[in-house]
Amino acid sequence: MSSKGKTFRNILRQIGLQIFLLSVTALVLFPIMWILALALDPRNIDKPLTLTLIPPGASFEAFRKVLLEPFELLCRNPADPSTCMTFIDLLKNSLITALGTSLFSVAFGATAAYAFSRFRFIGRQAGMLGFIILLMLPSTGLLAPLYVLLSQIKIAGEPLRATLGGLAIAYAASALPFSVWNLKGYFDTVPKALEEAALIDGASVTGTFFRIILPLSTPAIAVTILFSFMTGWTEFILAWAFLENPERFTLAMALRAMQGQYATPWSEFAAMSVLMSLPILILFYAMQRYIVSGLTVGAVKG
Amino acid sequence: MAVAKLTKDKAKETGGRNSFMRRLRGSVTAWIYILPAGLIMLLISFAPQVFQIWMSFTDFRIANLRFNFLDPSTYEKYAPEFIGLENYIKVLLSQLALENYDFGRLFAFNVTWTVANIIFHVGLGVAIALALNSKNLIGRRLYRAIFIIPWALPGYITALTWHNMYDDRFGAVNQLIAIFNENFGTTLATDTRWIEASGSPLGGIFSFLPLAFYAVLVANIWLGWPFMTVVATGALQSIPTELYEAAEIDGASGWQKFTRVTVPLIRPGMVPAIMLGTIWTFNQFNVIYFITEGKPFGRTEILITQAFKLVFEQRLYGVAAAFSIVVFFILLGLTLLQNYATRATEAYDVV
Repeated sequence: MSSKGKTFRNILRQIGLQIFLLSVTALVLFPIMWILALALDPRNIDKPLTLTLIPPGASFEAFRKVLLEPFELLCRNPADPSTCMTFIDLLKNSLITALGTSLFSVAFGATAAYAFSRFRFIGRQAGMLGFIILLMLPSTGLLAPLYVLLSQIKIAGEPLRATLGGLAIAYAASALPFSVWNLKGYFDTVPKALEEAALIDGASVTGTFFRIILPLSTPAIAVTILFSFMTGWTEFILAWAFLENPERFTLAMALRAMQGQYATPWSEFAAMSVLMSLPILILFYAMQRYIVSGLTVGAVKG
Repeated sequence: MAVAKLTKDKAKETGGRNSFMRRLRGSVTAWIYILPAGLIMLLISFAPQVFQIWMSFTDFRIANLRFNFLDPSTYEKYAPEFIGLENYIKVLLSQLALENYDFGRLFAFNVTWTVANIIFHVGLGVAIALALNSKNLIGRRLYRAIFIIPWALPGYITALTWHNMYDDRFGAVNQLIAIFNENFGTTLATDTRWIEASGSPLGGIFSFLPLAFYAVLVANIWLGWPFMTVVATGALQSIPTELYEAAEIDGASGWQKFTRVTVPLIRPGMVPAIMLGTIWTFNQFNVIYFITEGKPFGRTEILITQAFKLVFEQRLYGVAAAFSIVVFFILLGLTLLQNYATRATEAYDVV
């Protein structure tokens, strides 16, 4: 084939690909544009009547309200606005919960995954299976027993259930099966020769774990952090059932409370959704270069 | 997880002469490493599951909530009645006082929902990954950044957004159709009740699927393909380019390269993702619960949303527990079947 024919074919291919990918882009962005338009709508109406990218009189009023004004639904004393939660208070609680969840699931997930990847012991297969079976068990019916169990454990006179730490542990339990499996898959790809060399040089097993396995598994660890952070950031069912003190309420709970009203303050709901999605998006982009390898290398080469 | 012990191949792995003492020490080490995760799983997942199994054989209702299995003084007053398999019989033989409850239909719907989703997720995911992976693509980085958004957005926010987009009067979908009508002179209906309409677009064996099924399927496809694209991208990037070059020298067509090189080589990477995706989709609570709410008449309910309603609306804890156990066995069966199917087709691999 002549080189001219080849160039022509390449251009055609490029055009075809671009049409395909641009259509996908349009479909991906459509709902996002819609929610952004809602957030900018100043009328705070129930539902918009027309499809516009920038609604008439677009303003950041809804964002200002969500960010600066107290949430009237979440107060210790409904009569006194100063006891109501503000966005910053909610954000703080959400961050504690989500970061706690990531910390627990990475720390405990990595150690367990290391044992499954590097040691051969009786019950290893059963243990691995146990983790995936727990992933399959629906957790809807677990609320009552979990409530009783976590109420029994008291820290400083307070039941663990009603604390953000308790919530983080409960979320970590739901994130752990994936975390263990994904990390184990990745650890399997780290060459054993590296550890052997370190062991011969006198390093301990724990030393090789911290100095060789963990640093070489950054992508898988990043993915685990990301996923567990997301769990802690968005969960609200357990949180509603467990937390008692409004001072501990999270952003996800506030968002859910908004939707539960007689008339959803629609623009505020959209603005809040946008604000809640932003940190997750930023995390995704910050970790983007790790996601592809962190999620799949283990599976591909393992 | 029983007592840990190192087997012989561990001795080979660490190299050097391993004495019995060293093996024993190693097994203790293994256990210390698993302990924190194991304890959490035991406390948060395993123990309540055992409790749930017990609950499923009792008539556990709201009055029994004060029953505390760690406090014997509550036993006499609040312990639920043991009723054997009654809950299971009620669940499986559709004897529950729920709107339009039919276990067979629920199960069929849940399986159809899962299969349809996985086909689209994987098909689209791989197709888009291939497009993104092609040589000299303009705007690759930008596309990748945009395509990750559906996955990155918190699930229940997207679900609520789609719910409102399907609103018959104010929803974005009908408004988009109106704009399309205006510009292309078509007369498509702009008042479709996407969620509530009770008719079935397809007849025959698909007549149990209302319009809402297709609506919620579209929403979940929107949500689900980026994960598969990411996994497929990773798998594609691990294929050495020499294989394609060799295939080209042998005169393989584009399609042949896809079926003979790409598919077998991304398979090992895709299989775990597909299994995980199956479990996630089978129990995709947010999308069903917030978009269709089971409408019309409970016909788009999946098992997990039904179980949730049993707990939070009916307060029938015992029945819900039995329901959850049934769902677990169905999922276990599906996973084993899938595992068997992938094992059976493994001979297809070229490497």
